[in-house]
Amino acid sequence: MIVELGHYLILASMLFTIGVIGVFLNRKNVIIILMSLELILLSISINLVAFSSFLNDPAGQIFSLFILTVAAGEAAIGLAILVVYFRNVGNIEVDQINKMRG
Amino acid sequence: MFPALLFYIFSLTIIASALMVIFSKQPINSILFLIFSFINAAGLFLLAGAEFLALIIVIVYVGAVAVLFLFVIMMLDFNPETIKEETKKYLPVGLLVGSVLFVEIILMMNSPEIFSKEFKIIGRIVETDLTNTEILGSLIYTEYFLQFQMAGFILLVAMIGAIVLTLRHRDFVRRQNIHDQVSRDPNTSIELIDIELKTRK
Repeated sequence: MIVELGHYLILASMLFTIGVIGVFLNRKNVIIILMSLELILLSISINLVAFSSFLNDPAGQIFSLFILTVAAGEAAIGLAILVVYFRNVGNIEVDQINKMRG
Repeated sequence: MFPALLFYIFSLTIIASALMVIFSKQPINSILFLIFSFINAAGLFLLAGAEFLALIIVIVYVGAVAVLFLFVIMMLDFNPETIKEETKKYLPVGLLVGSVLFVEIILMMNSPEIFSKEFKIIGRIVETDLTNTEILGSLIYTEYFLQFQMAGFILLVAMIGAIVLTLRHRDFVRRQNIHDQVSRDPNTSIELIDIELKTRK
């Protein structure tokens, strides 16, 4: 019983799929949509780290570090937008964000 | 044997807690399960030999991002019960899209080009006795220096953006205006008034 690259890839694809389903499922709650995005980014990180480990190339870990940076910035900006939206509207339902008829 | 067992334990826990993230009723439970899955992913990274990244994930995700989520959930007082009733409506379309995506990914991984011989020798084989952190540092500060600077700039922009978005000046809160305080001078701020002295009779 040895762990191969495919195991990591299957785990990452399952996590990615769960994240996408979470985006579809929680249409009423932006916070859980943001958490699902974090799950998707985590699955990409797992992919990069697995390739980096099995190919003996540390570049994958560096790109995973950059993904971490972008995820942190995205969470901060998204939650700030959410706080401002909640102040103005009073709920955080995605379905009702059609005020601008865009 | 033992690393494989650890791998399966970690990955099963990640999958289970990720499912709990998207299916749990309360957002506070979601964020706690998200923290749990991140910690297990850190264990997985340790197994894969990326020690620095594992600890960075614990520090950044669990210490910063998850706490940010917790603060926002506690700040906004929305009602989770009304939100959750609508979830079942979107379950079929979500499962459909998810299963199509998963099948696509699995089919793509089964294609023989990905695991062929040419693919495996792309990576430069690094044979050193340096630690993981030293390797990452020596790469970040030399080869990926521009990307590293850009990552720092992204963090700066995100910080400024978050502050600008959420800052508000309320009228009933008196604030210190340093420019007004410094730019006072005696001509405008001191007023001399002649007071009539009443002589005592």
